[in-house]
Amino acid sequence: MIDLDAIDRAFLRELSRDGTLSAGELGRRHGLSQPAAWRRLKRLQEAGILAGQRVEVDQAALGFGVTVFLGIKLATRGRISLEDFERAVAAIPEVQVVQHVLGVFDYRLRVVARDIADFERVLRRRIMTLPGVGQVEANVMLTEERRPGPL
Amino acid sequence: MQLDDTDRRILRHLLAEPDLPAAALAERAGVTQATCWRRLERLQEGGVIRARPAVIDWRALGYGVEVALRFTLDKTNPRAFDEFIEAARAVAEVVGIETFLGRVDVRLTVIARDMADYQQIYRRQILTLPHIAELEALVLVASIKDSAVLPL
Repeated sequence: MIDLDAIDRAFLRELSRDGTLSAGELGRRHGLSQPAAWRRLKRLQEAGILAGQRVEVDQAALGFGVTVFLGIKLATRGRISLEDFERAVAAIPEVQVVQHVLGVFDYRLRVVARDIADFERVLRRRIMTLPGVGQVEANVMLTEERRPGPL
Repeated sequence: MQLDDTDRRILRHLLAEPDLPAAALAERAGVTQATCWRRLERLQEGGVIRARPAVIDWRALGYGVEVALRFTLDKTNPRAFDEFIEAARAVAEVVGIETFLGRVDVRLTVIARDMADYQQIYRRQILTLPHIAELEALVLVASIKDSAVLPL
């Protein structure tokens, strides 16, 4: 693991707000030349710390007004293939996130839908029909906030 | 903001592969680079594209543990949500805060270097948050899919 100094951390903080900032712009903000800033970015990328970009869109403006998190417990533990379940669930277009977790549920899903009626359709036709699905808990997301984390 | 099929096509490809260089994105969406750039600019100005943040891989920074903590709050206190969230924002290891309608009120995503580090954070900074009625933890084993795709 590589050591980070205060400038590396500042770069990461600023990029976690706007990943499109150029080496030139980051350098200007911290009194570094463009090549010096570029070398730092390159080093952070090579260490796997900077792992690409994410796009945040206004989902409601695109017609997807509802985001629901589902906790799923598998019914027949050990008898169904986790790989089959994971492949099937990840292929559902309304499912954005699939996490294998340890706790009261086996999987956590983030699902988008146009409205509650559309969510019910996705839940009944796509989720409940997955192989091995047992107990399902749904929580409708109201707000979300990303924090900068320990930088 | 009105969107047409071209906007949707560009967004669909961008959401599926956010790291795609501009030229490749234009090609996949079947438009010229100039059109693609203009459309993206317009989507950004119209607030449809809110931000393009960098992804930071916390594992590569030595944070090997990620836990989703699900809280039910004591809602007899009308300030419970505000005070809980304000206190949670002050915990450096909290990388995400979501609020819900359902059995769970708030979810915090907490990262830690290892389980010993997590235990410290949990005892000193999480259990001391105000207005907790119930709390359960889901430890991330593997991320199978992590995208912002929409069935546009």
